[in-house]
Amino acid sequence: MSTETLTGTGEKRKRENIFARIPQVYYFLVVVTVTGIVLDQVFANGNILSNPSIFRNILIRSVALGIVAVGQTFVMIGASIDLSVAYTISLTAVLTSLIMQGDPARVPMAILVVLVVGAFIGLINGLIITKLNVNSFIATLGTGLIIEGLLSGSFSNWSGAVPESFRSLGYNAIGPIPISIILLSIVVLAGWFILSRTKFGAHLYGVGGDHQIARLSGLRTDRVLIGAHVICSITAVLSALFIVSRLGSGAPWVGPDGVYDLESVATTVIGGTALSGGRGGVFGTLAGVLIFGVIDTVFNQLGVDTFLKMVLRGAIIILAVASYSVRSKREAA
Amino acid sequence: MSTTTNTKQRANVFATIWGWIRQVPPVYFIFFVVVIGVSQLNPNFATTNGILAFIRRVAPLTIMAMGQLMVIASGGFDLSQGSVVTLSIIGSLLIIYNNDENTALAIFVVLGLGILIGVINGFVVAYLKVPSLIATLGMLLLVQGGGLYWTGGGPKGYFTDNYRFIGRGYIENVPVIGKFPVSGIILIVITLILYILFHRTNLGKQILAIGDNQRAAKLSGVKVRMIRITAFIISAITAVIAGIMIGGYGGVSIEAGEGMEMQSVSATVIGGALLLGGKGSIPDVFFGALTLEAMFMLLNLLGLPKPYRDAVQGLIIIGAVAYAALSSRKRE
Repeated sequence: MSTETLTGTGEKRKRENIFARIPQVYYFLVVVTVTGIVLDQVFANGNILSNPSIFRNILIRSVALGIVAVGQTFVMIGASIDLSVAYTISLTAVLTSLIMQGDPARVPMAILVVLVVGAFIGLINGLIITKLNVNSFIATLGTGLIIEGLLSGSFSNWSGAVPESFRSLGYNAIGPIPISIILLSIVVLAGWFILSRTKFGAHLYGVGGDHQIARLSGLRTDRVLIGAHVICSITAVLSALFIVSRLGSGAPWVGPDGVYDLESVATTVIGGTALSGGRGGVFGTLAGVLIFGVIDTVFNQLGVDTFLKMVLRGAIIILAVASYSVRSKREAA
Repeated sequence: MSTTTNTKQRANVFATIWGWIRQVPPVYFIFFVVVIGVSQLNPNFATTNGILAFIRRVAPLTIMAMGQLMVIASGGFDLSQGSVVTLSIIGSLLIIYNNDENTALAIFVVLGLGILIGVINGFVVAYLKVPSLIATLGMLLLVQGGGLYWTGGGPKGYFTDNYRFIGRGYIENVPVIGKFPVSGIILIVITLILYILFHRTNLGKQILAIGDNQRAAKLSGVKVRMIRITAFIISAITAVIAGIMIGGYGGVSIEAGEGMEMQSVSATVIGGALLLGGKGSIPDVFFGALTLEAMFMLLNLLGLPKPYRDAVQGLIIIGAVAYAALSSRKRE
């Protein structure tokens, strides 16, 4: 008798799980997309529906933000944050094109160097936060300032160039699928795998959920957090590689101009990762990134003024974060 | 016998003097060292004219830093200050429209805009519970975009003389020193007002209480949300005033306020304010801003390019917070 009821509820739970496992944010994505299409049909030329390349462009535009947002998801699950990603992107973008100098033979070396630089930045961020006990907001704001200062002190313009072969990363496709989208998919899947199928991922959720309990249960919390920061900085490097392949060269302003710091945080929050850590995942973040991509595309279709778009961007970021934070019981810092 | 008491007394005297020295916040020693460095490299600095020019230059940042202190002491950040400086310049330019009769109106309107921005910042943080760094960074984008939209990208026109007087003018015929900058007078007045507000009224105590422990403050009857909004309003008003001064001093530019929010945060940190709240003092932050500006002069005299200032600020912020965190851990 009792076993029957148990299995019954078990089956029921399984059936519910299929829907419960889709992050809520995907419903929001559908709503935003439909609204965008309607607006486009009524007020613009309706190209979103009739021109399939626009959908592909939404995806490509989401690649740079999407990759770094995956990294941001890692640190935010660990109840930390990385506000230095925009400047990490700038630094590694400039370094990439500077080292490559348009020579295909130097591509592997450039990629290796910037990955090491990225890992080093993540390591420093993690060490400052865990060993010096500095709040993550302040620590990464500080390292961001340091990177930015050193970078714009040394470079004031486009520097170096990437070879034509490297630009295929940004522009070419394998069959119908652009390489950049394959890159984004790999990063998202790798992020999902690490978070939900490895010990490190489980530990990260533990550290983010309750630092004290995680430490008392014998986790090396510092190492886990430092690991998350290294991963985050490496995703920033991958974003930079994609951005350089699109632009052909790196400049000190490519990161801050894309607002990658704030937007990666905002998309992660929209995707359902709690600001206080311990909850969330990369698929939710991906939906958040796509929402931003759709909104951007709709604005372009409607011909919204560049500066007005900045205003709307700021408002959307604040409102998006507010729609999640307003329900939290904790007061904001 | 008598010699031992003598040495004991002498040791006691040294101990008390050492105790007094230890009570002096480190910012004053840093200020002293930096100023000596600057006056060694630039002999014009330690003259009356040099000091007056320095006051005129440092006034906007100092005013902003004391406004920033209100927010920081309550446990938040205001990173929209820089964009408010720019908006204040752009707004006054467009309202004055090359007609000096509009100056008063322009100042009132930009002050109103500043108050509005402060209210929104405070509301988003206190009621919608968005972390202030995200809220005010979003506001930075919003205000920057709004200002550029208002001007259509490139502001045109010039400031009238009566407007520029606030930022660059001098009061003539002052006894002893000859003349005194107008911005210096405004700086003194605002410093006094903020000193009284922060150190002599309940507002300051409540701000510090919130920064120290928001829950405890709430339970003991502090109107946490209202006080936090007030702090953001004061911060935005100081940014508007700084903008009016910078516009008069440096002229029209859409990049005038860029990065000033980090300068005001750094100045507060040098002035010994605890990031994330609970501790701070107006006189110390006043000297913190003076120290930061003097440090910039020193870096300039040493031949470092301007962008390296940002790197120095980053080091200062991380260093100060790490120092505070480590020393509080030691006490425990």
